[in-house]
Amino acid sequence: MFERIKQMVIKEFIQVLRDKRMKAIVFITPIIQLMLFGYAVTTDVNNITTAFYDLDKTFESRELARRLESSGYFNIAYFPESPREIQPLVDRGKVLCAIQINNGFSKDLKKGISTEVQVIVDGTDSNTATVAMDYASRIIMKYAKDIGSNTPTSSPGINLNTRAWYNPDLRSRNYNVPGVIAIVIMLICLLLTSMAVVREREIGTMEQLMVTPLRPIELMLGKTIPFAMIGFFDVFLVTLVAVFWFDIPIKSSLQIMPLATAIYLLSVLGIGLFISTISRTQQQALMATFLFFIPAVLLSGFMFPIENMPKIIQYGTYINPLRYFLVITRGIFLKGNGIEILWPQMTALLILGIVVMTLSSLRFRKRIG
Amino acid sequence: MNTDISIKIFNLTKSFGNITAVNNLNLGIKKGELFGLVGPDGAGKTTIMRLLTATMMPSSGEAWVAGNSILSEGEKIKEKIGYMSQKFGLYEDLTVMENIIFYADLYEVPQKERPQRIERLLGFSNLTPFKDRLAGRLSGGMKQKLGLACALIHTPEVLFLDEPTNGVDPVSRRDFWKILYDLLKEGVTIFVSTAYLDEAERCTRICLMHKGKILMDDNPAAIKRSLGMPMVEMWSDDARNAIEIIKGIDGVQSVSLYGNKLHVAISRSELVDDIIINLSRSGIVIRGHREILPSIEDIFISQVEGQ
Repeated sequence: MFERIKQMVIKEFIQVLRDKRMKAIVFITPIIQLMLFGYAVTTDVNNITTAFYDLDKTFESRELARRLESSGYFNIAYFPESPREIQPLVDRGKVLCAIQINNGFSKDLKKGISTEVQVIVDGTDSNTATVAMDYASRIIMKYAKDIGSNTPTSSPGINLNTRAWYNPDLRSRNYNVPGVIAIVIMLICLLLTSMAVVREREIGTMEQLMVTPLRPIELMLGKTIPFAMIGFFDVFLVTLVAVFWFDIPIKSSLQIMPLATAIYLLSVLGIGLFISTISRTQQQALMATFLFFIPAVLLSGFMFPIENMPKIIQYGTYINPLRYFLVITRGIFLKGNGIEILWPQMTALLILGIVVMTLSSLRFRKRIG
Repeated sequence: MNTDISIKIFNLTKSFGNITAVNNLNLGIKKGELFGLVGPDGAGKTTIMRLLTATMMPSSGEAWVAGNSILSEGEKIKEKIGYMSQKFGLYEDLTVMENIIFYADLYEVPQKERPQRIERLLGFSNLTPFKDRLAGRLSGGMKQKLGLACALIHTPEVLFLDEPTNGVDPVSRRDFWKILYDLLKEGVTIFVSTAYLDEAERCTRICLMHKGKILMDDNPAAIKRSLGMPMVEMWSDDARNAIEIIKGIDGVQSVSLYGNKLHVAISRSELVDDIIINLSRSGIVIRGHREILPSIEDIFISQVEGQ
């Protein structure tokens, strides 16, 4: 039995490694995806093109402009001369933000009277708008505080002192890259498993295999073990790039990563097998894979917090293996969590994996036999 | 059970919904027979293959292959049989050698016997010079021989071939049958299904199958003699239009078309004149005719039309 499984595994490896496109899927796509998410897909807001409408034209107003620019968040590209010039700039998307300083700004400041600064943001991209508004008000408040240090008007009140733990600079890359590991592994393992089984059916070798003493369980293991191994290898590869190229901090010793990956792969390979039992051609397998994969990513908390979703969808995410593995990878990388903290996710993932794998194997056996 | 019997089929039936693909089949196939299952597509040939190779369960009935029951001893049967499907079941991205070794592994052929067996299989199939070539780069005939080599790696007692010469050129086909005759000498039982009636004549025994039932079962020569009435070949430039007219004549058992020739089974020889007169009334000229020995195809058509 083990001899036959071993030979199936060897055969699968020869086939994957001999096919140039397959080789690219296995070794190149994880890196490309990681690069994309590491560099291009970022929710950080920088270089907001800004119009600065200065009615005051004093040293103080120019100092505020300088501070906005030197923060790196704002790039003042326009100095309109009238309010009418602001409207078209925002309409045409030339600027995301316009800041208006009223006449008498510096005089009021010096007198210690409260004064107003108008911040207009393009709200069509609500996320960026909120962030821009937040940055602008922080810089302006800071400026007001610095200037007003000698004025008694600044109220004692509450001094808000915020700190972001685990990712102090709030770099979205730190948050994304560990998630990409989970996503890439899912996609590759799903595709390889479902396609490998369906391909045998398509080229007619499945019919031949059924007449040999090869048992369904041996066939199933022969069709999952190689891709589990490739999955492990890809985790290793992507982790190396994440750490040495993107400087993603690893707060824990990574010891539980292999165990967590193994548990995760159980579900993923189970789903791959299931797809192979419902698809007759490789195209169908491909379609089915993406039909599962895209909602799985959207409803995993990878980009949108699960807490924001409607309750009913939130319950649905409990059967999404990605949901758990994202918490695990982020926990391992960013928080330095160990098994003592991540055990609920790992247990859930293990139960899910066992259920999915069992159902898929039963269906697989029935379909084959 | 008789030890000379290689395959025994008893009341075997397989239905898919309300379609009966195999209908109450009874057969005994002796060791060393080259048994040809002949019939058009949809006759139930592949279903019988699947049932006998224990990859499908019958609706009712039972069969024994190499002494093992298809109902309860499927695993044992699989070790004793070789099977080659229409598509030859090869991995086109593996080499000739890798394909053979893969099947040797599946059948757990002992390591020490392998070099000798592989050498022999490559030898008779003339694949030795191509052993490192990818299977996908082989010609149709070579793929077929490789498929056969893979099916023979564990020296099976019974060899099942499902339409093995589909899409293979005539020369390779002849080579292939030569290999089968060599195997027969070694005592292997060969069960082959084919839709080519000319090819069926190469078998030692033929079973004509139609709609899940056996119409005839005998050796090719006996089948040819079985018509029991004369067969006349007629040729005409308008043969196509002549068919319908001939069919309407009393005493005509069957008519089939071969290019500009017609094969007509008639109840008595004198009927030929009636046919010619009838046709000439419709303006169809018969340019010649002679009595012939019917081919398997003629027999098959007359049987099907006689139903």
